[in-house]
Amino acid sequence: MKNRKFLLIAFMLTIGFVLAACGSSDKDKDNGKDNASGDKEGTEESADFSAAMVTDIGGVDDKSFNQSAWEGLQNWGAEHGLSRGNGFDYAQSNDKADYIPNLTRLVRDDYNLIFGIGFELKEDLTKIAEQYKDTHFAIVDDVIELPNVASITFKEHQGSFLVGVAAAKKTKTNKVGFVGGIDSPLINKFESGFIAGVKSVNPDIDVKVEYAESFGDAAKGKIIASNMYSSGIDIIYHASGGTGNGVFNEAKDIKKSDPDRELWVIGVDRDQHDEGKIGDHNVTFTSMVKRVDVAVEDVINQAMKGEHHGGELLEYGIEEDAISVATTNEEAMTDDIIEAVNEWKEKILNGDVDVPKTREETKAYVEGL
Amino acid sequence: MIEILQSVIPTTLFFSAPLIFTALGGVFSERSGVVNIGLEGLMVMGAFVGIVFNLAFADVFGVWTPWVSIAVATIVSAIFSVIHAVASISFRADQVVSGVAINFLALGIGVYLTKQWYGKGQTDMVSQPFFTTNVPFLSDIPFIGPIFFKGIYVTSYLAIIAAFIAWYVLYKTSFGLRLRAVGEHPMAADTNGINVYKMRYIAVILSGALGGLGGSVFALTIVSNFSHSTIVGQGFMSLAAVIFGKWHPLGAMGAALFFGFAQSLSVVGSGIPILENVPQVFLLIAPYVLTILALAGFIGRADAPKANGVPYIKGSR
Repeated sequence: MKNRKFLLIAFMLTIGFVLAACGSSDKDKDNGKDNASGDKEGTEESADFSAAMVTDIGGVDDKSFNQSAWEGLQNWGAEHGLSRGNGFDYAQSNDKADYIPNLTRLVRDDYNLIFGIGFELKEDLTKIAEQYKDTHFAIVDDVIELPNVASITFKEHQGSFLVGVAAAKKTKTNKVGFVGGIDSPLINKFESGFIAGVKSVNPDIDVKVEYAESFGDAAKGKIIASNMYSSGIDIIYHASGGTGNGVFNEAKDIKKSDPDRELWVIGVDRDQHDEGKIGDHNVTFTSMVKRVDVAVEDVINQAMKGEHHGGELLEYGIEEDAISVATTNEEAMTDDIIEAVNEWKEKILNGDVDVPKTREETKAYVEGL
Repeated sequence: MIEILQSVIPTTLFFSAPLIFTALGGVFSERSGVVNIGLEGLMVMGAFVGIVFNLAFADVFGVWTPWVSIAVATIVSAIFSVIHAVASISFRADQVVSGVAINFLALGIGVYLTKQWYGKGQTDMVSQPFFTTNVPFLSDIPFIGPIFFKGIYVTSYLAIIAAFIAWYVLYKTSFGLRLRAVGEHPMAADTNGINVYKMRYIAVILSGALGGLGGSVFALTIVSNFSHSTIVGQGFMSLAAVIFGKWHPLGAMGAALFFGFAQSLSVVGSGIPILENVPQVFLLIAPYVLTILALAGFIGRADAPKANGVPYIKGSR
């Protein structure tokens, strides 16, 4: 009897794990096919350089920065006639415990440059980089101070500033909201830029800031959004990952029951136009787009030339076209709003405006207006 | 004051509805003597089926899509829960282990099939989720109307009605009496001619149906898509509501509403004059602190059904 019990449970657990793991194995099969054709090209024009990345738990198809980074790698590979597994590759992490094995495997496979995507990998990448001092690493969205790690960050405050300008131009109630994921220096950059952007256009606009303290709590996002919209806020900028789903959900819900009410969501990291569709309307006003692919491609190209930037902090912003403002919703993003955004963009590029990154800087900036 | 209530009550209701459904499932299962840690997995299954069905058949059923979706999710999850029933009732496996297996299995199947069918880690957003409505006539009542009947989900009221039905079934029908008897003293029930295995199977399948209903309602009212992080902990919160509510349907409903209220208050609180100056961190931890206080101080002893977690072996003493 006892045996049967254990067998059954072992069987069920096995099926569970096998199924969970299968998602990636299927892709490996496709990849095998690519390899066959790619090998020929690869040998003809060998780039003599290889790069790979480790995703965080979002996975390579997260429609967000993992996917964007992978697109950057693929673009780079296509330019140099490489194919996946032959010159570049990614390792999928389904769990936080996968980071170290994935990093180690890529190091053993002798990749010249290994990316860790997302701040979640910071700790594990630090450990591995200390162990393998001869391999070059790069981390996206965080800073590791080691001679063989390049830190890639983005000037999210610049993009947030620009969507702030757009929001200030759009709001009718002179009240806008910001929903953050976790109250951390990274998300504070979004908050600071946004507030500065809004106040630059009109200092009288009220900005309400709320943090959900999670990047995956849609229910909390919905409660916050519901509360904000009912208090008269008509535009919410979210920098909160999956929590933002709840914000979109609430905005669409209100729009559905009251199509004449003007309310908007500003998306983050990529163009979230699709998330905002509701009937003939779209509640996505614009999005603060972070082009991780641009940064990844640039870093690899520089590394190929021998400039590894180990130990350096690389900041990508609107100067490098790595930060942009989406204009997909043409109905909402009217010409004069786009004009205003471009105007302020010029000011940032000229150095006329120094966008604040922290709450203290924002305070000083707003007082100086 | 009315404004505060107007933002607290509707959010409490939509947050709690999925928890109420799932917790009722837990009550049925545990009252019959089968521990159901697998509520989380059953919710995942419900959310997955609800979203996939909604995406696939939105054109066919139009505005009725969400209703058909939750019905399908309920049925599929009920079938899915048979695994837990077979393992823990017929094979007398450890019910906690089997429940954990259900959690792994559901998430594995959901994420795997999402990747197979949609080629990415998450589905698109559904075009036909549930939308809030104003209840006709009732929403015109002064004071109460705007608070309870404006901008609410019909599913929230269904959940509350379901709790009363569950209470009636468990405490006022012979079926309910048998189900509870099986969970308290299966041997005595058996001697009286009640088929213990059959009752437990029915209870676990009911918990699967209600868990699936809860999961699909959560997905279709709050999240609108399915990914590995759609259901994160709601099943365990429901389980907590079962225990918090002392294995009583109305108690579980109260506990679920309490969780929703605390969550909502933590967000709305910063706008309430008295709570305005309280640092945000205190408001954020408030739901958990309130729960601990309520559990430790005010609820008193929670007595589980006596045979909860004990497989029944015919003829053994």
